[in-house]
Amino acid sequence: MNIENVTAVALGEKLRSRKMSVREAVEGVYKSYMELDRELNAYSYFNIEEMRADADRAQKMIDSGEAPSILTGVPIGVKDNICTKGAPTTCASKMLRDFRPPFDATVVKQLKHAGMVAAGKTNMDEFAMGSTSETSCYGMVRNPWGTEHVPGGSSGGSAAAVSAGEAICALGSDTGGSIRQPASFCGVTGFKPTYGAVSRYGLIAYASSFDQIGPIARDVRDCAAIMDVISGQDGMDSTSLFCTQGESFYDSLTGDIKGTVIGLPEECFDDGVDKAVKENVEKMVKTLEGMGARIDPIRLPFIRYAVPTYYIIATAEASSNLSRFDGIKYGYRAGACATVDELMIRSRSEGFGSEVRKRILLGTFVLSSGYYDAYYNKALKMRRLIVEGFERAFSECDAIVCPTAPMTAPKAGSFLTDSMKMYLSDIFTVSVNLAGLPGLSVPCGFDEAGLPIGAQIIGAAGADKAVLNIGHAFQMATDYHEQRPGGVQ
Amino acid sequence: MNTEWEVVIGLEVHVELATKSKIFCACTTEFGGAPNTHCCPVCMGMPGTLPVLNRQVLAYAVMAGLALNCTIENETRFDRKNYFYPDLPKAYQISQLYRPIAHDGYVDVHVGGREKRIRIHEMHMEEDAGKLIHSEYGNETYPDYNRCGVPLLEIVSEPDFGSAEEVSAYLEKIRSLFTYMGISDCKMQEGSMRADVNLSVRRAGEKALGTRTEMKNINSIKAIERAIADEADRQIGLLLRGGCVTQETRRWDDDKRSSYAMRSKENAQDYRYFPEPDIPVIFVEKEYIAAVRDSLPEFMEEKRERFMRQYSLSDYDAGLLTADRKQADLYEEAVDRGAPPKAAANWLIVQLARAMKDLGKDFEGIAISPCELAKLINYVEEGKVNRKDGIDVLSEMIQTDGSFDVAQYVQEHGLFITGDSEGLLEAVREVILSNDKAVGEYKGGKEKAIGFLVGQVMRRGSGKFHPVAVREAMEKELKK
Repeated sequence: MNIENVTAVALGEKLRSRKMSVREAVEGVYKSYMELDRELNAYSYFNIEEMRADADRAQKMIDSGEAPSILTGVPIGVKDNICTKGAPTTCASKMLRDFRPPFDATVVKQLKHAGMVAAGKTNMDEFAMGSTSETSCYGMVRNPWGTEHVPGGSSGGSAAAVSAGEAICALGSDTGGSIRQPASFCGVTGFKPTYGAVSRYGLIAYASSFDQIGPIARDVRDCAAIMDVISGQDGMDSTSLFCTQGESFYDSLTGDIKGTVIGLPEECFDDGVDKAVKENVEKMVKTLEGMGARIDPIRLPFIRYAVPTYYIIATAEASSNLSRFDGIKYGYRAGACATVDELMIRSRSEGFGSEVRKRILLGTFVLSSGYYDAYYNKALKMRRLIVEGFERAFSECDAIVCPTAPMTAPKAGSFLTDSMKMYLSDIFTVSVNLAGLPGLSVPCGFDEAGLPIGAQIIGAAGADKAVLNIGHAFQMATDYHEQRPGGVQ
Repeated sequence: MNTEWEVVIGLEVHVELATKSKIFCACTTEFGGAPNTHCCPVCMGMPGTLPVLNRQVLAYAVMAGLALNCTIENETRFDRKNYFYPDLPKAYQISQLYRPIAHDGYVDVHVGGREKRIRIHEMHMEEDAGKLIHSEYGNETYPDYNRCGVPLLEIVSEPDFGSAEEVSAYLEKIRSLFTYMGISDCKMQEGSMRADVNLSVRRAGEKALGTRTEMKNINSIKAIERAIADEADRQIGLLLRGGCVTQETRRWDDDKRSSYAMRSKENAQDYRYFPEPDIPVIFVEKEYIAAVRDSLPEFMEEKRERFMRQYSLSDYDAGLLTADRKQADLYEEAVDRGAPPKAAANWLIVQLARAMKDLGKDFEGIAISPCELAKLINYVEEGKVNRKDGIDVLSEMIQTDGSFDVAQYVQEHGLFITGDSEGLLEAVREVILSNDKAVGEYKGGKEKAIGFLVGQVMRRGSGKFHPVAVREAMEKELKK
């Protein structure tokens, strides 16, 4: 079957009503993968035999009449930094190229419990550090809307696969925009939940106080349905929360946004934003207004400090989180070393790519004695101000709408030579992670080159359902999310 | 030591907590076990894993903090201490630096008849690391992660110690407090209590502190005393020769009775401490702290004083009885069940201690019913069972599992003194006839010799005669 345009919810319905078998769905994904992945490189691992076995298990659930979820049997891509027992989980790094974890991440357990079929591991920036998916040890991922362009990152494989039809939906992880920005660049829907809504157990940490797993899918309904599977408090993760439990995400989507107050931060519509991006996001705001939302200008003056604050705290945490990769226990080990120190130093120098090494060095520096107060501690204070700034904003509005990124997908290579430009392009997404808020990126138009534009909807902590509902309302009124790339053969 | 010099010592004491499971995962803390069998992905620091605090560790830490008269932090949190070493699988230790669970406490110790207050700077929770096993045959080293994640408390004192005696008294005091609460067994030899010694010297009367060194790898209280004496001598010697002390970490070698420098301050590691993002701030409610405070046991010193008052025991006996909480509890329960306080004290301090020593047992290793013990003590004290037999019964008793029935045992083994004098006179006469020497001595005025003769009679009667009756009969016969 052709799975390129079906949504996860629609496919789930077909499977449960036995109009299609799970095997057929899986073979459909496999066919797309075989046709497209040579060019897109969206997957780092794909094992059709494992998928067929999972498909048969899911089929049994359906045949017994006890499908545990509306997504039972639906294949889902899993980002390569989420642990899958016995299957490679490499963070697209030479360091973990042969690593197969002895356990499943909590979200993977939840997918299995729901009868979803894990459809391979999706490619990414090495250790989720990057905004282009070019730093993978498996080579760069390409954007289905124009293969000379990057798909965004770091969950570029997940976004590209969903966009091109190589996957129906996927899991990504978002530390500073790694779900929303590639969703924006690839014309799909990506949701970063409130920090703590989804368990991080089994997500290989980049920056622990920012990392959050979330869905990348064809529309908001699919994202909400996936949230029903993966969210919830987890005894294995002390930072996971109760706050999003209760009514189903999927059932909460009404599309009714009458009276919802939407804040428009003027800082997010200044000259640093591409004209086409600005215009299309403003057009989206008009659409929402037409559906009964009230639009109020707001101020987010702290946002210009978000990027340095983010890069100090995130790299500090990363420098510690990535210290465990020392060549002793698992992963890459340098050969012929005379001492333990040499073994650790060479394994780390050879096993990590340059962007990862750069961030480890930066993070080590900001934590070192004599610099801690000037950098790390100051950034923590700034983070608190950003949290409070958002709290003030949300006392005046229900949600904030702004561009997901100030531009559309750049050409491959252009960020690699200018990493400051890459870091600054994270401006609208990183502040959301600093405050632990839910953020959704929905497609809202195209630029002159035909590349997708994404708009971001941000809510207060715990307001995940309200955020999804606004995106859903927009998708009921528009068809940007239904556009598929035509450029890939 | 030279009286012109003063020694200034501060201690960092690590205590292993006696929880069943590790601090951040469900693995057992049991000692021993084949290498890497008491581990899971969490304590081995596998990528993707996260720590979840064991509530029992927090509860024990609050108890310990209160016992050390500390202020308990209402908002405590963990920090990461970053360093690379093959026995540390995450390459950081989860510890506490910025908001430790307890701070600003003290311990009063008694040394040389004087009481001295040792202030406690802070006390924090942390995880233990693994260990490296070096191959006996080749050049290989193997990490064993079984100890990774075993919960520790680190107690950091102010530099308030002036002598090795004060240090020993302080360690004994901590051991007593912690074993009384049952939160650690505090055995230095087994590594469940470790102490690092920070030491500097200065000329008597000087105010400023000298340059200090930190001494590691000290495995017993005796070794600490030796290490302190050696390091003080070394530093004084250096200064007298016009040299100066280098701030450094040294390692004590107790076999060689000397230490060597491990690393100097210049090479000190930068641990890059920062708040552990995987564990949220822990709010310790005031009500919780109050409830823990109320549940603290009566500690050794209070108990000792009460024993002296309540049971009219000497300071010495009360001290011995309360040295171990299990012993003190056994004593009180036996007295509650009718054992005479004075006699019971002697039974525990002398007979039970000796019997345990002979059998190589300690209070951890015996199950003894206070009710049965009281019964046994009373049998002997009331003259129903011969003392020597009673001691043998006690020895049997501590070799069983606690279901020992004293009455039944004494009955079955015919140990009750019948009080019947049948055969007594014959036995006395036989002993007199066959012990001319002792009889002669007695008649010659050496009255003590009668003890020997009485003993001979007792032996013949295999315990069935009452010793008082034997003595009376013997005296009567000898006077004839």
